[in-house]
Amino acid sequence: MEAPHLSVLSAGPGATVQDGGRFGFRRYGVTPAGPMDWAAFRTANLALGNAPDAAALEIGPGGIELVNASPGPIGVAFCGGGFSWFRDGQLAGAAARLVLTPGAHLAARPGVAGIFTYLAVVGGLRTPVELGSRATYTRGGLYGGMLQGGDFLPLAEDAGTPGDEAMIVAPWLRPDLDAPLRVVVGPQDDYFDAAALDLFFSAPFKVTAGDRMAYRLDGPAIAHSRGYNIVSDGVALGAIQIAGDKKPLVLMADHPPTGGYPKLGHIARADIGRLAQLRPGRTCHFAQVSAETARVALLALEDAVVTTQSFCRPLRRVVALAGLPPSDRSPWSAVGNHRLR
Amino acid sequence: MPATPRFLPAGESALVVEFGAAIDPALNDKVRAFDHALAAAAIPGIVETLPTYRSLMIHFDPRQVATDALIAELRKLQIGPGAAGVPKHWSIPVCYEPPHAEDLAEVAAALGLTAERVAALHAGAEYRVYMFGFAPGYVFLGGLPAELNISRRPKPRPPVPQGALLIAGGQALIANRPMPTGWYNLGATPALLFDPKRSPPVALDIGDRIRFTPVDGAAFARLRREAAEGAPVIEQKA
Repeated sequence: MEAPHLSVLSAGPGATVQDGGRFGFRRYGVTPAGPMDWAAFRTANLALGNAPDAAALEIGPGGIELVNASPGPIGVAFCGGGFSWFRDGQLAGAAARLVLTPGAHLAARPGVAGIFTYLAVVGGLRTPVELGSRATYTRGGLYGGMLQGGDFLPLAEDAGTPGDEAMIVAPWLRPDLDAPLRVVVGPQDDYFDAAALDLFFSAPFKVTAGDRMAYRLDGPAIAHSRGYNIVSDGVALGAIQIAGDKKPLVLMADHPPTGGYPKLGHIARADIGRLAQLRPGRTCHFAQVSAETARVALLALEDAVVTTQSFCRPLRRVVALAGLPPSDRSPWSAVGNHRLR
Repeated sequence: MPATPRFLPAGESALVVEFGAAIDPALNDKVRAFDHALAAAAIPGIVETLPTYRSLMIHFDPRQVATDALIAELRKLQIGPGAAGVPKHWSIPVCYEPPHAEDLAEVAAALGLTAERVAALHAGAEYRVYMFGFAPGYVFLGGLPAELNISRRPKPRPPVPQGALLIAGGQALIANRPMPTGWYNLGATPALLFDPKRSPPVALDIGDRIRFTPVDGAAFARLRREAAEGAPVIEQKA
C-alpha cells in the first residue's frame, strides 16, 4: 500500500473517528456528533498546523495500539484526558507532537484521570465523508463504527511533514476538575420551583455512568413542579434533562436532536469537555451563569486554543512520569477520588 | 396559544422559539412558517434549525451572534400567510403481514379489536409529518385514529427492523433503523426513507401528508429490493 496510512493493531471500546461534527441535518434526525472534549481535540490538530476541526481519532478508556505501516514517516500529535502514550514501548508523555518512522508503534493507555484522548495526524484522517463530515455517529449506526484491530486509517499525502517533535504544555489540557460547571438555565427551568433550582446549584453530584450520548449524575432528587412529560422539542449539546427519576442526565456529543424530558439548563460549551473527562465516581457541582457569560467564556477558550503552537516545547528527551503506572482498568468501572494534578 | 412565540435560551449556542406545548397542526404550521421565514432572512451566524411539533430550535455560532442580538433580529421577522409553502402528499407502501407485524396481535388483543381491524384503521388514516428526530430518518406522525391509542410499553422491546411502523401514546412513527423501542410494531414499509447519498437525505418534509398503501409479503420483498437499488418506492400524489 503506497498511500500513507496507520494500521490499528488493537482498540478498546470507545475509539472513533471524529471531526468538528456534521451540521445541517438535525432536522432529519442526524446529530452532529464530533469530539467529546473539543478543546483537546482542536489542540491535537493545531499542534500539527492542521485546521482545528480536521478529522482525528477520539480514544476512550479502552486505549489503542497503532503502527505506521507506510513507507514514509507520519507526523502525529496526541493530548487530552491525562492518558499515557507510548512510542515503541517508551513512555512519550500525555501530550506531544511526534514523528513516527515506518514501522513505529504507538499506544495509548488511560492514566490517572480523564476519559478521552485524541490523536491527530498531519493533514487529517482521510476516512469517507458522509453528509459533509467524517464524524462517527455510532448510535445512529452511521458513518462507520468503533475502531478495532485490523482497521486501516488513510492519511493525507503530506502526512510526513509535521515539524519538530515537541511536548504540548497547554494549560487548558490540565483543567481544574473541581471547579463548578457553568450552566445557563432553560428552556424548561419553569418546570422547577426556586427550591429545586437552589438545590441543583448548591448540591454536589456524582457521575455514575456515561457514554458519548449522555452522562448520568446522582445526587439529591430535583423535583419537577409540573410533571416531566413535555411534547418533544429540540435538544442542544450539554442539555441537562431531569427525567422521571429526578436525576440529571446531561446530553453529550451523540445525543438525539430531539427529546422529551424537561431541560433545566445547559452546560456551557466552555465546560463541556471538562465534564466529558470526569470519570464515574467523580463529583461535580454547578454554577448558574447568563448566556452572555457562557458565550464570553467559550470565545475566550477558543481564542486560547488557537494559540496552541506557542505552547509546543521542543522535545529533547522523554521525561519519565514517576508514579503513574499504566492502567488496564476501565475508568467506567473504577470508583475513586483521583486528582489530575 | 400565545400570539407571539417565547424565545428560550438553550445554552449560549442555541435558542428555542416556542409556539405552544401541544401536538396540534396549527402550532406545527406556525413552526414551519417561522422556519421558512428565517431561512429567507438569512441571518448571519445561524448554523441550522430544527422544527419540532411545537417549537423551532435555532443552533447558532456564538462568535457571530449573541443570544440577545439574535432574539432582537427574530422579533423583526415578517411571517406572511403561506410562508411555509404547500405540503406534499405521499403514498407509502406498507406490509401488515408476518414477519413484519410482530406486535399486531398483541395490540389487537390489548385494544379488543381484530388484527385485520387494527391494520385497516392504521392504513385508513391520513397522517401528517410533524418532525424527524431520535435517530436518522425517524418520522414522527400525527393523525393516528383514536381507536389505536395505546400507551408505551413499561419496558422496551428488542430492536424493530428497518422501516417498522410503530404506534404508542396516540402517535405513529416510521423507524428507519433497527432500535430497541417501547412502541408497538404493526408492520413495515419497504421504503428506505433516509439515504445519506440523497440530497436532502429524506424526501418527506415536515407538514407533508402520508397515506399507507397495504402490500403483501411478496410485494414487500420486491419493493425492498428495488429500494436497495435506489428506487424511491414511495409515490408523491397530486
